[in-house]
Amino acid sequence: MLKILSELDGVSGNEKSVSDFIISQVSDLATQTTIDTMGNLVFYKKGKKPSSKKVAVFAHMDEVGLIVTDITDDGYLKFAQVGGLDDRILLTQRVSVGKSKVKGVIGIKAVHLQSKDERSKVIKSDQMYIDIGASSKEEAEKLVSKGDYVSFCSEFCRLSNMRFKGKAIDDRAGCAIIMELMKDCYDNDIYFCFTVQEETGLRGAQVLSRRIDADVALVLEATTASDTALSEPHMYGTALGLGPAITNMDNGAYSDEALKRFVITTASTRGIAYQYKLTSNGGNDSRQIQTGASGCRVCSISLPCRYIHSPVSVADGNDYESMKKLVRAVLNDIENFLSSDQI
Amino acid sequence: MQLLKQLTQITAVSGSENNLFDLIQREIKPCVDELYTDALGNLIAHKKGGGKKILFAAHTDEIGVMVNYIDDNGFVRFSPVGGVDLYASLYQRVVFANGTVGTVCFESKSDVKKDLKVSTMYIDIGARSKEDALKLVTPGDTGAFVGDFVHRENTVVSKALDNRAGVYILIEAIKRLKSTSQDLYFVFSSQEEIGLRGAKTAAYTIEPDVAIAVDVTDTGDTPGCETMEVRLGGGAAIKIMDKSVITHKGLRDLLVRCAREHDIPYQFEILAFGGTDAGAMQTVKSGAATGAISLPLRYIHSPAETASISDIEACINLVSEFAKKDFILV
Repeated sequence: MLKILSELDGVSGNEKSVSDFIISQVSDLATQTTIDTMGNLVFYKKGKKPSSKKVAVFAHMDEVGLIVTDITDDGYLKFAQVGGLDDRILLTQRVSVGKSKVKGVIGIKAVHLQSKDERSKVIKSDQMYIDIGASSKEEAEKLVSKGDYVSFCSEFCRLSNMRFKGKAIDDRAGCAIIMELMKDCYDNDIYFCFTVQEETGLRGAQVLSRRIDADVALVLEATTASDTALSEPHMYGTALGLGPAITNMDNGAYSDEALKRFVITTASTRGIAYQYKLTSNGGNDSRQIQTGASGCRVCSISLPCRYIHSPVSVADGNDYESMKKLVRAVLNDIENFLSSDQI
Repeated sequence: MQLLKQLTQITAVSGSENNLFDLIQREIKPCVDELYTDALGNLIAHKKGGGKKILFAAHTDEIGVMVNYIDDNGFVRFSPVGGVDLYASLYQRVVFANGTVGTVCFESKSDVKKDLKVSTMYIDIGARSKEDALKLVTPGDTGAFVGDFVHRENTVVSKALDNRAGVYILIEAIKRLKSTSQDLYFVFSSQEEIGLRGAKTAAYTIEPDVAIAVDVTDTGDTPGCETMEVRLGGGAAIKIMDKSVITHKGLRDLLVRCAREHDIPYQFEILAFGGTDAGAMQTVKSGAATGAISLPLRYIHSPAETASISDIEACINLVSEFAKKDFILV
């Protein structure tokens, strides 16, 4: 499932192929399916018992990528970034342009021809171009147009040690987990939400949070892991293999104390591994979900992911399974939380 | 001043505002019709009346630190919560909800003068090992800076006068308010320091006609400071503008008229940096006529915030007199 989702192209604003796939797989499992003007997808699933409070689970469908801004006389494509990308990862990437998935590469002058100065500098993305093999503007325009979305080509595959690599793990991992969890039946009514345009400013969630106005929301994400040789442990953020990461606070939102405690207790009583996200950088849809309407108790649970926002994101299969187990357990027991005196 | 002292000394960093609820509830319960909390951690008091819906918001949270990571030797790495000045925090003491006290330090080989980064800072809680430290704090715990309450003739000095002074002003105004023809909501709002979050959702649910933030503001009366009209002891500051809001002109005029009628000393406030809950409340849903009554405060976000008692008194009077009034907003 995650393999299929990861290999679908869904740069922010162009999530349709992802949402079509999700609908085809899970709409049978939902009591009601809605899709709004922006493209947010909501599956409402009625519970076995009447629910007094609104519970929602969120993941975003979009991924970072590029968009064609211009075509040069020589048939090269100029582009802009969609979402937060590091210029340094763009060079020599294989990409796929537009609906007809025209193949291209992001080129650079050969090393032999670069001056000493050029070699030591990071090339800015506005100096790069996509080469689709066309030799003139006319030729290129037959294949692609300005405004076409550009996705990375990156096959999803297993690495050793239960780990895997692919593009768009952020946040197809969250999507895949929700899709699997929708197969279960829960006591409570649950809104399973798939948002658009998270990477360009939490925009889908902004309107969806007003529509749903949930009391409690779990936000399933992928988050940075920098447990690599060049970082110090306190700057890791998260590390692979230690379980899903629970956010205390990030730049956008503050996990509800009581909900966070409930999630942690659920994990510890069932022996499910978890870790805290150790830094407060970044933000996600939970910002909009928390304050978008009358106020919602949120908690982000994230899959630790190395090289996030790159075509070679690496995550851990055990973390993925633990995350699924944890979210399932929380949803199964959520009534205990809703009826507790802490809320 | 006993109540103000109590309010300032409670540890309630953004996200843990409920540490203040018992005290606030005890003070105002007999004076209001309804008292409830919501998902964001707001405490809302409702005094029913037939007129306009007026919302007063004073945020309860204070800046502080959050535990992120504990190393093998028991040292704590942290994130600032809200606008913490890293230089001002060096060698300050922080206290956590369970009473654990730590000191904010920095890696002594790092270049503290040029480039102080939170990644090279840590909190020493006196633990000898990770295990030892975990008995005292857990990732996610928040601590507040220590700063005793000192009462000198006409001034008070303490940590968290931003915005416990605002909370105190609302409490005292509620107590003085015997009757009102307006429909009054007093929101003790959460998470202001990390992005005006509580006030935003409170305004969403209440949908007020008029929203007034009661918070602190900077002053321009100390040696070598930025030019600013506001001075300590100059009275309640009626906000004209800050980074988050431009006060509704009609509302500003009404506040001025109210101050004049009741001989309440006032001054105007234009704050070049920073914002308040007013900014979040103004644009929620279809919008509200929004403004702010500010208490002049020196050394904001330090453990030695300094306010004038006569200014506090002026703010209480302005809030309570304005809340009683019937008015037409133009």
